[in-house]
Amino acid sequence: MIDDIELLRVIENNARLSAEEIAVMLGTTSEEVEKEIKRLKDDGIVLGYSTIINWEKIAPDNCIGMIEVRIAPIKNKGYDHIAQILSKYEKVTACYLMSGGFDLMIIYEDSNLRNIANFVTEKIATQEGVLSTTTHFILKKYKANGIIYDNPNSDDRQAIIL
Amino acid sequence: MSIDYESKISKAVQQVPPSAIRKFFDLANEMQGHVISLSIGEPDFVTPWSIREAAISSIVDGYTHYSPNSGYIDARVAIVDYIKRRYGVSYDPKTEILITVGGSEGLDLAARSLINPGDEVVIVEPCFVAYKATVQFAHGVPVVVETKPENNYKLMPEELEAAITDKTKYVIVGYPNNPTGAVMTLEDWAKIKDVLMKHPEVIVISDELYCELNYLDGKPASLTQFAELRDRIIMVNGFSKSYAMTGFRVGYLAGPHELVAQMFKIHQYCIMCAPSTSQYAVIEAAMNADNEIAKMRDEYNHRRRVIVKGLKDAGLDCFTPYGAFYAFPCIKSTGLSSEEFCERFLLEKHVAIVPGNAFGKCGEGFVRISYAASLDDIKEAMKLLKEFVEELKKG
Repeated sequence: MIDDIELLRVIENNARLSAEEIAVMLGTTSEEVEKEIKRLKDDGIVLGYSTIINWEKIAPDNCIGMIEVRIAPIKNKGYDHIAQILSKYEKVTACYLMSGGFDLMIIYEDSNLRNIANFVTEKIATQEGVLSTTTHFILKKYKANGIIYDNPNSDDRQAIIL
Repeated sequence: MSIDYESKISKAVQQVPPSAIRKFFDLANEMQGHVISLSIGEPDFVTPWSIREAAISSIVDGYTHYSPNSGYIDARVAIVDYIKRRYGVSYDPKTEILITVGGSEGLDLAARSLINPGDEVVIVEPCFVAYKATVQFAHGVPVVVETKPENNYKLMPEELEAAITDKTKYVIVGYPNNPTGAVMTLEDWAKIKDVLMKHPEVIVISDELYCELNYLDGKPASLTQFAELRDRIIMVNGFSKSYAMTGFRVGYLAGPHELVAQMFKIHQYCIMCAPSTSQYAVIEAAMNADNEIAKMRDEYNHRRRVIVKGLKDAGLDCFTPYGAFYAFPCIKSTGLSSEEFCERFLLEKHVAIVPGNAFGKCGEGFVRISYAASLDDIKEAMKLLKEFVEELKKG
Protein backbone atom coordinates (compact mmCIF):
# COMPACT_ATOMS: atom_id res chain seq x y z
CA MET A 1 0.00 0.00 0.00
CA ILE A 2 1.50 3.34 -1.02
CA ASP A 3 1.22 6.32 1.28
CA ASP A 4 -0.16 9.03 -1.06
CA ILE A 5 1.40 11.87 0.86
CA GLU A 6 4.81 10.19 0.77
CA LEU A 7 4.49 9.55 -2.97
CA LEU A 8 3.41 13.13 -3.62
CA ARG A 9 6.33 14.50 -1.60
CA VAL A 10 8.75 12.41 -3.64
CA ILE A 11 7.42 13.56 -7.03
CA GLU A 12 6.96 17.12 -5.85
CA ASN A 13 10.65 17.14 -5.02
CA ASN A 14 11.78 15.49 -8.24
CA ALA A 15 9.35 14.93 -11.11
CA ARG A 16 11.98 13.20 -13.25
CA LEU A 17 12.18 9.98 -11.25
CA SER A 18 10.95 6.94 -13.13
CA ALA A 19 8.22 4.70 -11.74
CA GLU A 20 10.94 2.07 -11.13
CA GLU A 21 13.05 4.51 -9.13
CA ILE A 22 10.08 5.68 -7.08
CA ALA A 23 9.08 2.07 -6.46
CA VAL A 24 12.50 1.29 -4.96
CA MET A 25 12.40 4.39 -2.77
CA LEU A 26 8.95 3.57 -1.43
CA GLY A 27 9.46 -0.17 -1.18
CA THR A 28 6.78 -1.13 -3.69
CA THR A 29 6.43 -2.14 -7.36
CA SER A 30 6.55 0.12 -10.40
CA GLU A 31 3.08 -1.10 -11.46
CA GLU A 32 1.72 0.03 -8.11
CA VAL A 33 3.40 3.44 -8.50
CA GLU A 34 2.06 3.92 -12.02
CA LYS A 35 -1.44 2.95 -10.92
CA GLU A 36 -1.32 5.33 -8.00
CA ILE A 37 0.01 8.27 -10.04
CA LYS A 38 -2.69 7.70 -12.64
CA ARG A 39 -5.31 7.76 -9.90
CA LEU A 40 -3.86 10.96 -8.46
CA LYS A 41 -4.00 12.52 -11.93
CA ASP A 42 -7.57 11.33 -12.50
CA ASP A 43 -8.59 12.77 -9.15
CA GLY A 44 -7.12 16.15 -10.10
CA ILE A 45 -4.50 15.95 -7.35
CA VAL A 46 -1.48 15.73 -9.65
CA LEU A 47 -2.09 18.51 -12.16
CA GLY A 48 1.11 18.51 -14.19
CA TYR A 49 4.89 18.54 -14.13
CA SER A 50 7.13 21.51 -14.73
CA THR A 51 10.77 22.47 -14.59
CA ILE A 52 12.08 25.18 -12.32
CA ILE A 53 14.21 27.50 -14.43
CA ASN A 54 16.28 30.45 -13.37
CA TRP A 55 15.19 32.67 -16.27
CA GLU A 56 17.25 35.55 -14.95
CA LYS A 57 20.31 33.72 -16.22
CA ILE A 58 19.10 33.06 -19.75
CA ALA A 59 16.60 35.85 -20.43
CA PRO A 60 17.53 38.77 -18.19
CA ASP A 61 14.85 41.06 -19.68
CA ASN A 62 12.10 38.67 -18.64
CA CYS A 63 9.66 40.40 -16.32
CA ILE A 64 7.23 39.25 -13.70
CA GLY A 65 4.44 41.55 -12.64
CA MET A 66 2.30 41.03 -9.56
CA ILE A 67 -0.92 42.84 -10.25
CA GLU A 68 -3.37 43.66 -7.50
CA VAL A 69 -6.89 44.04 -8.86
CA ARG A 70 -9.85 45.58 -7.04
CA ILE A 71 -13.20 44.38 -8.31
CA ALA A 72 -16.88 45.10 -7.86
CA PRO A 73 -18.21 41.55 -7.84
CA ILE A 74 -20.76 40.76 -10.48
CA LYS A 75 -24.18 39.65 -9.30
CA ASN A 76 -24.61 35.85 -9.09
CA LYS A 77 -21.06 35.34 -10.37
CA GLY A 78 -19.02 36.86 -7.55
CA TYR A 79 -15.33 37.15 -8.31
CA ASP A 80 -15.10 33.91 -10.23
CA HIS A 81 -16.18 35.30 -13.57
CA ILE A 82 -13.35 37.84 -13.92
CA ALA A 83 -10.84 35.49 -12.32
CA GLN A 84 -11.65 32.78 -14.85
CA ILE A 85 -11.37 35.18 -17.79
CA LEU A 86 -8.00 36.50 -16.67
CA SER A 87 -6.68 33.03 -15.82
CA LYS A 88 -7.16 31.96 -19.43
CA TYR A 89 -4.29 34.18 -20.62
CA GLU A 90 -1.28 31.94 -21.05
CA LYS A 91 1.15 34.42 -19.56
CA VAL A 92 -0.88 34.66 -16.39
CA THR A 93 1.01 32.09 -14.32
CA ALA A 94 -1.11 32.45 -11.19
CA CYS A 95 -4.37 34.03 -10.13
CA TYR A 96 -5.55 34.13 -6.51
CA LEU A 97 -8.56 35.55 -4.68
CA MET A 98 -7.14 37.45 -1.73
CA SER A 99 -8.23 38.78 1.64
CA GLY A 100 -7.31 42.37 2.50
CA GLY A 101 -7.22 45.61 0.52
CA PHE A 102 -7.66 44.12 -2.96
CA ASP A 103 -9.40 41.13 -4.46
CA LEU A 104 -7.36 39.32 -7.11
CA MET A 105 -3.61 38.80 -7.27
CA ILE A 106 -2.50 38.15 -10.84
CA ILE A 107 1.01 36.98 -11.59
CA TYR A 108 1.98 37.72 -15.14
CA GLU A 109 5.23 36.86 -16.89
CA ASP A 110 6.41 38.30 -20.17
CA SER A 111 9.56 39.07 -22.09
CA ASN A 112 9.53 42.78 -21.29
CA LEU A 113 7.99 45.42 -19.09
CA ARG A 114 6.04 47.10 -21.88
CA ASN A 115 4.06 43.93 -22.57
CA ILE A 116 3.01 43.70 -18.95
CA ALA A 117 1.91 47.34 -18.95
CA ASN A 118 -0.14 46.68 -22.07
CA PHE A 119 -1.76 43.64 -20.51
CA VAL A 120 -2.79 45.65 -17.46
CA THR A 121 -4.19 48.60 -19.38
CA GLU A 122 -5.78 46.71 -22.23
CA LYS A 123 -6.90 43.40 -20.76
CA ILE A 124 -7.43 43.91 -17.06
CA ALA A 125 -8.46 47.53 -16.63
CA THR A 126 -11.04 47.25 -19.39
CA GLN A 127 -12.90 44.33 -17.80
CA GLU A 128 -16.34 45.19 -16.53
CA GLY A 129 -16.27 45.34 -12.74
CA VAL A 130 -12.58 46.14 -12.39
CA LEU A 131 -12.25 49.20 -10.17
CA SER A 132 -8.48 49.66 -10.08
CA THR A 133 -5.13 47.94 -10.48
CA THR A 134 -1.73 48.26 -8.81
CA THR A 135 1.23 46.62 -10.52
CA HIS A 136 4.43 45.53 -8.78
CA PHE A 137 7.46 44.24 -10.63
CA ILE A 138 9.78 41.61 -9.23
CA LEU A 139 13.31 43.02 -9.06
CA LYS A 140 15.18 39.92 -7.93
CA LYS A 141 14.26 36.39 -6.95
CA TYR A 142 15.78 35.06 -3.74
CA LYS A 143 13.55 32.04 -3.38
CA ALA A 144 10.77 30.62 -5.53
CA ASN A 145 9.02 27.23 -5.68
CA GLY A 146 10.76 26.34 -2.43
CA ILE A 147 14.21 26.75 -3.97
CA ILE A 148 16.75 29.30 -2.81
CA TYR A 149 18.44 30.92 -5.82
CA ASP A 150 22.25 31.04 -5.83
CA ASN A 151 22.37 28.89 -2.73
CA PRO A 152 25.98 28.89 -1.54
CA ASN A 153 25.60 25.77 0.64
CA SER A 154 28.12 23.13 -0.31
CA ASP A 155 29.18 19.95 1.40
CA ASP A 156 31.68 21.04 4.03
CA ARG A 157 31.85 17.71 5.84
CA GLN A 158 35.30 16.44 6.68
CA ALA A 159 36.51 12.88 6.61
CA ILE A 160 36.64 12.11 10.31
CA ILE A 161 36.36 8.78 11.98
CA LEU A 162 33.06 8.07 13.63
CA MET B 1 69.56 14.33 24.79
CA SER B 2 66.45 12.81 23.35
CA ILE B 3 63.38 12.24 25.48
CA ASP B 4 62.01 8.73 25.87
CA TYR B 5 58.45 9.75 25.07
CA GLU B 6 57.12 6.25 25.49
CA SER B 7 57.98 6.31 29.17
CA LYS B 8 56.21 9.64 29.51
CA ILE B 9 52.87 8.63 28.01
CA SER B 10 50.30 6.88 30.16
CA LYS B 11 49.99 3.15 29.47
CA ALA B 12 46.24 3.55 29.19
CA VAL B 13 46.69 5.96 26.31
CA GLN B 14 49.51 3.99 24.70
CA GLN B 15 47.47 0.80 24.52
CA VAL B 16 44.90 2.48 22.26
CA PRO B 17 46.32 2.19 18.74
CA PRO B 18 46.03 5.07 16.31
CA SER B 19 43.05 4.54 14.08
CA ALA B 20 43.76 1.99 11.38
CA ILE B 21 41.63 3.83 8.86
CA ARG B 22 43.29 7.21 9.27
CA LYS B 23 45.56 6.31 6.37
CA PHE B 24 42.54 5.50 4.26
CA PHE B 25 40.88 8.85 4.96
CA ASP B 26 44.12 10.67 4.16
CA LEU B 27 44.19 8.88 0.83
CA ALA B 28 40.58 9.90 0.12
CA ASN B 29 41.38 13.52 0.95
CA GLU B 30 44.40 13.53 -1.38
CA MET B 31 42.54 12.05 -4.36
CA GLN B 32 42.35 14.35 -7.34
CA GLY B 33 39.06 14.95 -9.11
CA HIS B 34 35.55 14.15 -8.00
CA VAL B 35 35.20 11.53 -5.28
CA ILE B 36 31.75 10.37 -4.21
CA SER B 37 31.90 10.01 -0.46
CA LEU B 38 29.64 7.48 1.20
CA SER B 39 32.11 7.30 4.06
CA ILE B 40 30.98 10.06 6.34
CA GLY B 41 29.12 9.38 9.56
CA GLU B 42 27.20 12.61 9.64
CA PRO B 43 24.03 13.93 8.00
CA ASP B 44 24.36 15.71 4.66
CA PHE B 45 21.39 17.91 5.55
CA VAL B 46 22.06 21.39 6.79
CA THR B 47 20.73 21.99 10.30
CA PRO B 48 17.07 23.10 10.00
CA TRP B 49 16.94 26.88 9.67
CA SER B 50 14.79 27.54 12.74
CA ILE B 51 17.47 25.86 14.86
CA ARG B 52 20.31 27.80 13.25
CA GLU B 53 18.28 30.98 13.65
CA ALA B 54 17.78 30.32 17.37
CA ALA B 55 21.55 29.98 17.76
CA ILE B 56 22.23 33.16 15.78
CA SER B 57 19.65 35.12 17.78
CA SER B 58 21.23 34.08 21.04
CA ILE B 59 24.54 35.52 19.85
CA VAL B 60 22.90 38.71 18.58
CA ASP B 61 21.20 39.09 21.97
CA GLY B 62 24.54 38.71 23.73
CA TYR B 63 23.87 35.35 25.43
CA THR B 64 27.46 34.32 25.05
CA HIS B 65 28.49 33.48 28.60
CA TYR B 66 28.93 30.30 30.60
CA SER B 67 25.72 28.49 31.31
CA PRO B 68 25.13 26.60 34.55
CA ASN B 69 27.38 23.50 34.57
CA SER B 70 24.48 21.15 33.81
CA GLY B 71 23.20 23.44 31.07
CA TYR B 72 20.53 26.13 30.96
CA ILE B 73 17.45 24.98 32.82
CA ASP B 74 15.30 25.91 29.79
CA ALA B 75 17.34 23.56 27.62
CA ARG B 76 17.13 20.77 30.22
CA VAL B 77 13.36 21.25 30.48
CA ALA B 78 13.12 21.10 26.67
CA ILE B 79 15.13 17.86 26.68
CA VAL B 80 12.97 16.32 29.41
CA ASP B 81 9.89 17.30 27.43
CA TYR B 82 11.34 15.69 24.31
CA ILE B 83 12.20 12.43 26.14
CA LYS B 84 8.72 12.28 27.65
CA ARG B 85 7.11 12.92 24.28
CA ARG B 86 9.21 10.43 22.29
CA TYR B 87 10.11 7.75 24.85
CA GLY B 88 7.31 8.13 27.36
CA VAL B 89 9.87 8.29 30.18
CA SER B 90 10.12 11.06 32.81
CA TYR B 91 13.28 12.68 34.18
CA ASP B 92 13.77 15.56 36.59
CA PRO B 93 15.37 18.44 34.66
CA LYS B 94 17.00 19.75 37.83
CA THR B 95 18.86 16.62 38.90
CA GLU B 96 18.75 13.97 36.20
CA ILE B 97 19.91 15.75 33.03
CA LEU B 98 23.42 16.88 32.17
CA ILE B 99 24.01 18.70 28.89
CA THR B 100 27.29 17.52 27.39
CA VAL B 101 29.57 18.34 24.49
CA GLY B 102 28.04 15.85 22.07
CA GLY B 103 27.16 12.28 22.90
CA SER B 104 30.87 11.49 22.96
CA GLU B 105 31.45 13.40 26.17
CA GLY B 106 28.68 11.32 27.71
CA LEU B 107 30.54 8.12 26.86
CA ASP B 108 33.72 9.51 28.39
CA LEU B 109 31.95 10.71 31.54
CA ALA B 110 30.38 7.29 31.97
CA ALA B 111 33.74 5.56 31.66
CA ARG B 112 35.63 7.87 33.99
CA SER B 113 32.94 8.05 36.64
CA LEU B 114 32.20 4.31 36.79
CA ILE B 115 35.41 2.39 36.11
CA ASN B 116 37.98 1.35 38.66
CA PRO B 117 41.17 -0.09 37.11
CA GLY B 118 40.48 -3.63 35.93
CA ASP B 119 36.69 -3.32 35.82
CA GLU B 120 35.16 -4.97 32.80
CA VAL B 121 32.87 -3.24 30.37
CA VAL B 122 30.81 -5.20 27.89
CA ILE B 123 30.96 -3.70 24.40
CA VAL B 124 28.77 -4.89 21.57
CA GLU B 125 30.70 -4.89 18.29
CA PRO B 126 30.74 -3.84 15.52
CA CYS B 127 30.21 -0.43 17.06
CA PHE B 128 31.08 3.24 17.20
CA VAL B 129 34.85 3.53 17.56
CA ALA B 130 34.77 5.51 20.82
CA TYR B 131 33.22 2.82 23.04
CA LYS B 132 36.34 0.76 23.42
CA ALA B 133 38.76 3.70 23.52
CA THR B 134 36.90 5.54 26.29
CA VAL B 135 36.92 2.38 28.42
CA GLN B 136 40.63 1.84 27.84
CA PHE B 137 41.51 5.46 28.60
CA ALA B 138 39.69 4.99 31.92
CA HIS B 139 41.75 1.83 32.74
CA GLY B 140 38.83 -0.47 32.12
CA VAL B 141 38.92 -3.80 30.33
CA PRO B 142 36.67 -4.04 27.28
CA VAL B 143 34.88 -7.39 26.92
CA VAL B 144 33.64 -7.70 23.37
CA VAL B 145 30.38 -9.33 22.31
CA GLU B 146 30.36 -9.91 18.56
CA THR B 147 26.94 -9.61 16.96
CA LYS B 148 26.26 -11.55 13.80
CA PRO B 149 24.68 -10.85 10.44
CA GLU B 150 22.54 -13.99 10.74
CA ASN B 151 20.95 -12.40 13.83
CA ASN B 152 20.54 -9.13 11.95
CA TYR B 153 23.31 -7.75 14.17
CA LYS B 154 20.99 -7.71 17.14
CA LEU B 155 22.41 -8.31 20.59
CA MET B 156 21.25 -11.79 21.63
CA PRO B 157 20.43 -12.38 25.31
CA GLU B 158 22.63 -15.47 25.58
CA GLU B 159 25.59 -13.55 24.13
CA LEU B 160 25.19 -10.84 26.74
CA GLU B 161 24.74 -13.40 29.52
CA ALA B 162 27.99 -15.12 28.53
CA ALA B 163 29.94 -11.84 28.60
CA ILE B 164 28.87 -10.71 32.08
CA THR B 165 31.21 -11.68 34.94
CA ASP B 166 31.50 -10.55 38.54
CA LYS B 167 33.90 -7.88 37.29
CA THR B 168 31.42 -6.34 34.87
CA LYS B 169 30.82 -2.70 35.74
CA TYR B 170 28.63 -1.74 32.84
CA VAL B 171 27.36 -2.62 29.39
CA ILE B 172 27.26 -0.17 26.45
CA VAL B 173 24.60 -0.69 23.82
CA GLY B 174 24.12 1.46 20.75
CA TYR B 175 21.04 0.91 18.59
CA PRO B 176 20.10 1.88 15.91
CA ASN B 177 23.64 0.81 15.27
CA ASN B 178 26.63 2.47 13.70
CA PRO B 179 28.03 0.84 11.51
CA THR B 180 25.52 -1.94 10.74
CA GLY B 181 22.21 -0.07 10.65
CA ALA B 182 20.71 -2.76 12.90
CA VAL B 183 17.81 -1.89 15.19
CA MET B 184 16.45 -3.56 18.31
CA THR B 185 12.68 -3.57 18.84
CA LEU B 186 11.10 -3.30 22.28
CA GLU B 187 10.54 -7.08 22.19
CA ASP B 188 14.25 -7.60 21.52
CA TRP B 189 15.12 -5.27 24.37
CA ALA B 190 12.74 -7.08 26.71
CA LYS B 191 14.91 -10.21 26.39
CA ILE B 192 18.03 -8.17 27.15
CA LYS B 193 16.27 -6.61 30.10
CA ASP B 194 15.56 -10.11 31.47
CA VAL B 195 19.29 -10.86 31.42
CA LEU B 196 20.08 -7.57 33.11
CA MET B 197 17.50 -8.27 35.83
CA LYS B 198 19.58 -11.32 36.76
CA HIS B 199 22.59 -9.03 37.24
CA PRO B 200 21.29 -6.12 39.28
CA GLU B 201 24.79 -4.77 39.91
CA VAL B 202 25.47 -4.07 36.21
CA ILE B 203 25.01 -0.50 34.99
CA VAL B 204 23.75 0.15 31.45
CA ILE B 205 24.88 2.91 29.12
CA SER B 206 22.46 3.27 26.24
CA ASP B 207 23.79 5.27 23.29
CA GLU B 208 20.67 6.70 21.65
CA LEU B 209 22.26 9.06 19.14
CA TYR B 210 20.47 7.44 16.20
CA CYS B 211 17.21 6.84 18.08
CA GLU B 212 15.11 8.94 15.71
CA LEU B 213 16.49 7.21 12.63
CA ASN B 214 14.46 4.06 13.03
CA TYR B 215 12.65 3.05 9.84
CA LEU B 216 10.59 0.25 11.34
CA ASP B 217 8.04 2.58 12.85
CA GLY B 218 9.89 5.88 13.24
CA LYS B 219 9.86 5.69 17.03
CA PRO B 220 12.68 5.20 19.51
CA ALA B 221 12.82 1.74 21.12
CA SER B 222 15.16 1.62 24.07
CA LEU B 223 16.12 -0.13 27.30
CA THR B 224 15.41 3.18 29.05
CA GLN B 225 11.72 2.47 28.51
CA PHE B 226 11.79 -0.37 31.05
CA ALA B 227 11.00 1.10 34.46
CA GLU B 228 12.78 -1.84 36.16
CA LEU B 229 16.11 -0.55 34.85
CA ARG B 230 15.56 3.09 35.63
CA ASP B 231 17.84 3.26 38.67
CA ARG B 232 20.88 1.98 36.75
CA ILE B 233 20.60 3.12 33.17
CA ILE B 234 22.18 6.20 31.64
CA MET B 235 20.80 7.42 28.36
CA VAL B 236 23.51 9.04 26.25
CA ASN B 237 21.81 11.11 23.62
CA GLY B 238 22.27 14.17 21.50
CA PHE B 239 21.23 16.18 18.51
CA SER B 240 24.04 15.49 16.06
CA LYS B 241 22.51 12.72 13.97
CA SER B 242 18.75 13.12 14.19
CA TYR B 243 18.78 16.91 13.92
CA ALA B 244 21.82 17.29 11.64
CA MET B 245 23.61 19.31 14.32
CA THR B 246 27.01 17.63 14.43
CA GLY B 247 29.02 20.85 14.50
CA PHE B 248 27.05 22.25 17.44
CA ARG B 249 28.70 19.64 19.65
CA VAL B 250 25.82 19.21 22.04
CA GLY B 251 24.27 16.18 23.65
CA TYR B 252 23.06 15.06 27.04
CA LEU B 253 22.96 12.38 29.69
CA ALA B 254 19.76 11.34 31.39
CA GLY B 255 19.75 9.02 34.36
CA PRO B 256 19.34 8.62 38.11
CA HIS B 257 20.63 11.54 40.14
CA GLU B 258 23.11 9.36 42.06
CA LEU B 259 25.00 8.58 38.83
CA VAL B 260 24.49 11.88 37.02
CA ALA B 261 25.79 13.81 40.06
CA GLN B 262 29.15 11.99 39.84
CA MET B 263 29.43 12.54 36.09
CA PHE B 264 28.57 16.16 36.75
CA LYS B 265 31.76 16.53 38.79
CA ILE B 266 34.00 15.52 35.91
CA HIS B 267 32.05 17.67 33.46
CA GLN B 268 32.20 20.63 35.84
CA TYR B 269 35.96 20.56 36.19
CA CYS B 270 36.95 19.51 32.68
CA ILE B 271 34.38 21.16 30.42
CA MET B 272 32.58 23.74 32.59
CA CYS B 273 29.52 23.68 30.35
CA ALA B 274 28.41 22.89 26.83
CA PRO B 275 28.56 25.86 24.42
CA SER B 276 25.81 28.37 25.27
CA THR B 277 24.99 29.02 21.60
CA SER B 278 24.42 25.32 21.03
CA GLN B 279 22.17 25.11 24.06
CA TYR B 280 19.92 27.82 22.64
CA ALA B 281 19.77 25.79 19.45
CA VAL B 282 18.79 22.76 21.55
CA ILE B 283 15.78 24.55 23.04
CA GLU B 284 14.42 25.13 19.54
CA ALA B 285 15.37 21.65 18.32
CA ALA B 286 13.85 19.76 21.23
CA MET B 287 10.67 21.84 21.32
CA ASN B 288 9.85 22.64 17.70
CA ALA B 289 11.65 20.42 15.21
CA ASP B 290 9.73 17.11 15.27
CA ASN B 291 8.45 17.76 11.73
CA GLU B 292 11.91 18.58 10.46
CA ILE B 293 13.39 15.33 11.74
CA ALA B 294 10.45 13.36 10.36
CA LYS B 295 11.17 14.82 6.90
CA MET B 296 14.84 13.88 7.12
CA ARG B 297 13.91 10.40 8.35
CA ASP B 298 11.61 9.90 5.34
CA GLU B 299 14.34 10.94 2.97
CA TYR B 300 16.93 8.66 4.59
CA ASN B 301 14.41 5.86 4.34
CA HIS B 302 14.03 6.38 0.58
CA ARG B 303 17.79 6.35 0.14
CA ARG B 304 18.08 3.27 2.36
CA ARG B 305 15.87 1.29 0.01
CA VAL B 306 17.87 2.50 -2.99
CA ILE B 307 21.11 1.39 -1.30
CA VAL B 308 19.76 -2.02 -0.32
CA LYS B 309 18.60 -2.63 -3.89
CA GLY B 310 21.94 -1.34 -5.25
CA LEU B 311 23.87 -3.76 -3.05
CA LYS B 312 21.72 -6.67 -4.17
CA ASP B 313 22.16 -5.68 -7.82
CA ALA B 314 25.92 -5.55 -7.25
CA GLY B 315 25.75 -9.12 -5.97
CA LEU B 316 26.80 -8.36 -2.38
CA ASP B 317 25.10 -9.97 0.60
CA CYS B 318 23.62 -7.44 2.96
CA PHE B 319 21.17 -7.88 5.76
CA THR B 320 18.47 -5.21 5.55
CA PRO B 321 19.32 -2.31 7.83
CA TYR B 322 16.40 -0.57 9.52
CA GLY B 323 18.16 2.23 11.34
CA ALA B 324 20.80 4.97 11.40
CA PHE B 325 22.08 5.81 7.89
CA TYR B 326 24.39 2.91 7.17
CA ALA B 327 24.39 -0.35 5.30
CA PHE B 328 27.00 -2.99 6.14
CA PRO B 329 27.35 -5.40 3.21
CA CYS B 330 29.59 -8.44 3.21
CA ILE B 331 32.42 -8.31 0.66
CA LYS B 332 33.96 -11.72 1.42
CA SER B 333 32.77 -13.09 -1.95
CA THR B 334 35.22 -10.76 -3.70
CA GLY B 335 38.22 -12.37 -2.00
CA LEU B 336 39.51 -9.03 -0.77
CA SER B 337 39.97 -7.84 2.79
CA SER B 338 37.83 -4.89 3.90
CA GLU B 339 40.74 -2.48 3.61
CA GLU B 340 41.83 -3.76 0.20
CA PHE B 341 38.28 -3.52 -1.07
CA CYS B 342 37.83 0.05 0.12
CA GLU B 343 41.24 1.20 -1.10
CA ARG B 344 40.78 -0.28 -4.56
CA PHE B 345 37.19 0.96 -4.83
CA LEU B 346 38.44 4.43 -4.00
CA LEU B 347 41.40 4.36 -6.40
CA GLU B 348 39.61 2.63 -9.27
CA LYS B 349 36.09 4.05 -9.03
CA HIS B 350 36.56 7.18 -6.92
CA VAL B 351 34.01 6.21 -4.30
CA ALA B 352 34.92 6.38 -0.61
CA ILE B 353 33.43 3.91 1.88
CA VAL B 354 34.80 2.61 5.20
CA PRO B 355 36.34 -0.80 5.94
CA GLY B 356 34.23 -2.73 8.44
CA ASN B 357 37.19 -3.72 10.62
CA ALA B 358 37.39 -0.09 11.79
CA PHE B 359 34.40 -0.93 14.01
CA GLY B 360 35.72 -4.10 15.60
CA LYS B 361 37.47 -7.29 14.52
CA CYS B 362 34.20 -8.94 13.53
CA GLY B 363 33.70 -6.17 10.97
CA GLU B 364 36.41 -7.73 8.81
CA GLY B 365 34.89 -8.87 5.53
CA PHE B 366 32.34 -6.06 5.61
CA VAL B 367 32.24 -2.41 4.59
CA ARG B 368 30.22 0.49 5.92
CA ILE B 369 28.32 2.51 3.34
CA SER B 370 26.70 5.71 4.53
CA TYR B 371 23.57 6.97 2.83
CA ALA B 372 23.91 10.42 4.30
CA ALA B 373 24.50 11.59 0.72
CA SER B 374 22.37 12.82 -2.16
CA LEU B 375 20.20 10.34 -4.03
CA ASP B 376 22.11 11.10 -7.26
CA ASP B 377 25.46 10.32 -5.59
CA ILE B 378 24.05 7.13 -4.10
CA LYS B 379 22.74 5.93 -7.47
CA GLU B 380 26.01 6.72 -9.22
CA ALA B 381 28.00 5.00 -6.46
CA MET B 382 25.82 1.88 -6.67
CA LYS B 383 26.36 1.73 -10.43
CA LEU B 384 30.12 1.97 -9.89
CA LEU B 385 29.98 -0.63 -7.13
CA LYS B 386 28.28 -3.08 -9.47
CA GLU B 387 30.95 -2.48 -12.11
CA PHE B 388 33.70 -2.86 -9.53
CA VAL B 389 32.38 -6.11 -8.08
CA GLU B 390 31.86 -7.57 -11.56
CA GLU B 391 35.42 -6.66 -12.53
CA LEU B 392 36.74 -8.28 -9.34
CA LYS B 393 34.80 -11.46 -9.96
CA LYS B 394 36.07 -11.68 -13.53
CA GLY B 395 39.54 -11.39 -12.06
